[in-house]
Amino acid sequence: MDEPSEDTKSASVEELLPILGQPSSRRTMLKGAGAALGLAAFGGAVWPLISIPENVSVDEFLQQHYKELSDQDKEKVFTRLEEEAKEDYGADVTISDQLPIPGVKFGYAINLSKCNGNGKCMEACSEENNHHRGVDQSYIRVLEMQKGSMNMEHGNTTYDHTVPQDDKFYMPVQCQQCDNPPCVTVCPVEATWKEDDGIVVVDYNWCIGCRYCEAACPYHARRFNWEQPEIPAEEVNPDQGYLSNRIRPQGTMEKCHFCLHRTREGRMPACLEACPTGARVFGDLNDPESDIVWILKNKRVFVLKEELGTKPSFFYFFDS
Amino acid sequence: MSQDAAQLPLLPHRPRHVQSYPRFLWWALSESTNGSVAFYTWMVALTAVFLVGANAWAVQVADGMIVTNMTDHVSWGLYIANFTFMVGLAAGGVMMVIPAYLYHDKKMHDVVILGELVAIAAIVMCLMFVVADLGRPERFWHMIPGIGRFNWPMSMLTWDVLVLNGYLVINLHICGYLLYTRFLGRKPKAKWYVPFVMLSIFWAISIHTVTAFLYCGLGGRPFWNSALLAPRFLASAFVSGPAFIILAMRVVRIVMNLNFPIEPANTLIRIIRVAMCVNLLMLGSELFTLFYSGGGHAATGQYLLFGLHGHYGLVPWMWTSIVLNIAAAILFFMPAALERSSVRIAACVFCIVGIWIEKGMGLIIPGFIPSTLHEIVEYSPSLIEWKVTIGIWAFGLLILTLMFKITGAVYRNSPVDDSESDFA
Ligand code: SF4
Ligand code: SF4
Repeated sequence: MDEPSEDTKSASVEELLPILGQPSSRRTMLKGAGAALGLAAFGGAVWPLISIPENVSVDEFLQQHYKELSDQDKEKVFTRLEEEAKEDYGADVTISDQLPIPGVKFGYAINLSKCNGNGKCMEACSEENNHHRGVDQSYIRVLEMQKGSMNMEHGNTTYDHTVPQDDKFYMPVQCQQCDNPPCVTVCPVEATWKEDDGIVVVDYNWCIGCRYCEAACPYHARRFNWEQPEIPAEEVNPDQGYLSNRIRPQGTMEKCHFCLHRTREGRMPACLEACPTGARVFGDLNDPESDIVWILKNKRVFVLKEELGTKPSFFYFFDS
Repeated sequence: MSQDAAQLPLLPHRPRHVQSYPRFLWWALSESTNGSVAFYTWMVALTAVFLVGANAWAVQVADGMIVTNMTDHVSWGLYIANFTFMVGLAAGGVMMVIPAYLYHDKKMHDVVILGELVAIAAIVMCLMFVVADLGRPERFWHMIPGIGRFNWPMSMLTWDVLVLNGYLVINLHICGYLLYTRFLGRKPKAKWYVPFVMLSIFWAISIHTVTAFLYCGLGGRPFWNSALLAPRFLASAFVSGPAFIILAMRVVRIVMNLNFPIEPANTLIRIIRVAMCVNLLMLGSELFTLFYSGGGHAATGQYLLFGLHGHYGLVPWMWTSIVLNIAAAILFFMPAALERSSVRIAACVFCIVGIWIEKGMGLIIPGFIPSTLHEIVEYSPSLIEWKVTIGIWAFGLLILTLMFKITGAVYRNSPVDDSESDFA
């Protein structure tokens, strides 16, 4: 009566397994115990997740998208982030929110005849932008290219000999701030977007870390925070922007932002200031008097991978 | 609970759903927790493996994705590879639905629910793989339309979220409805499920097409940026999906002592034969375009098949896949494949593994190698990634087992007279 439709095969093993032969109330109890044990085991297995409530405050969890934050919200958020920087990194930082200057559209150009591959721009980028010190992180990669070829396949980013080599030229690549940016199109949650001055930014507190944008970017410009960045307190750059160089949380995407916390205040990007050769030219594409516009008018400039239709705001040229 | 553990409770002739539906659920719950020693052992083993995976995932969330072997160069790995394969598995179930409902294949009609159940388990696994790949899973709510910011229709990933969840809901409805009416001993009403079945045919095509668009829409990745990608996805789905279902039917038939006709499986074999040829043809055409014109686009193909600049990471994977696929094709064309033979089982296993590699390690990873700046950084999954992956597979098999068990019990207990065939 207990198991009317169990077939004979399983009926014969019933005696072997105590749970099957039990009267139904006992069996229900055993099942309950089994379920409880299973749940306990599951709880134990996912125990490391306890770090989420430890590290992610309720305010952070509920924080809205950057574009939906009122000025008061922003103030609260920035204060919270400053406190967290103090707590986690022991650094006193100020987080600000520089807005695009109306009418300005930034552009960048690199003189490949001057660049000698010394890599100072990469170092400056790392320091300015509070990059994780564990790895040689920076938003810039310098390709050592074979003279006589523009094919990146013959390039090399991991050279460690003295520069410049006679048969080589050097080509720094960073975010091209595309006017038709594939990284923005693909983001499922609008965590990355193009600002009015042409800079493509990421809201590090909104990004879910799917890395679709990293797959979409044709210039290897995006970087993922595979772990919580480590920076000694004395090396933290305290002058931080919410959408730019503040210390990024683990598990989110970041990228070059043309140092918007500097450039929107009229200063130059850190990589440009660090470049000893003067290969870098930065400025407002809408200002007819700017150096960058002079370059575009007077040099034969080109962009990388033009055929992809990404419309970069980042240009390359050679002297004459 | 004693008497209703396996036998269906007696219900009044016109039951009220508010009462009978909870009874159905309760019955299903007890059915899924009662079974033989083998059943308990199997379930406990799957649960244990799943827990290992859950633990690995928890570690990944806590310590960051540094515990995986993914890098800024190869930014998607084993998870997205499995995700892609699973979408194919889910879409493949439709190859039972089409003969059953469009061509009124009566015998296929009797077992079509197995294909739909496989689809449900596969989609659940898909969603788990996507979540496992997120750097910030606790922010998933940013994707919920209304409270988050859902970048639809621009982002292909949002389309994928929609079609996958839609497919899950459609199949849950179809299977749930069929089982429930069977449980009540009633004929299912065509209007309550046939329209959804028809919808699921288009939907199945859409889930795999949209998933292919996810990759082939990226202009910066020449290896993916091919118009053939979506058709190739479908062709391989129509191999791996039916092959998996054939295996599942074999297991169900033996373990649950059910009498299946052989014809549905043979129909599936004939479908696989065609799909397999189409798949190999398209692969050949891709390889021709890649290598004959040469140039930068050939670099990935070169890396995959022969190695590039001293990097050979994917070469063994790729050749294993090619050999398995060709061996499976040969086996499928042997007459013995149409019998209940080990040839058929071997062919199914070969092509499942072959396509798992082809759609995963052979498609997702090489999209990143060489990188967009032509750097070569290799990738092979870390232990944590394997644990999470196997854990998700175990969970998928767990729910598949339960669904099959409940279905088997419902069908065994209320062998409805062949009434369903009159729906159309
Ligand atoms: S270079 Fe890459 S990250 Fe920068 S805007 Fe273009 S696609 Fe986006
Ligand atoms: S990683 Fe972040 S920014 Fe990039 S697509 Fe995903 S959510 Fe958007």
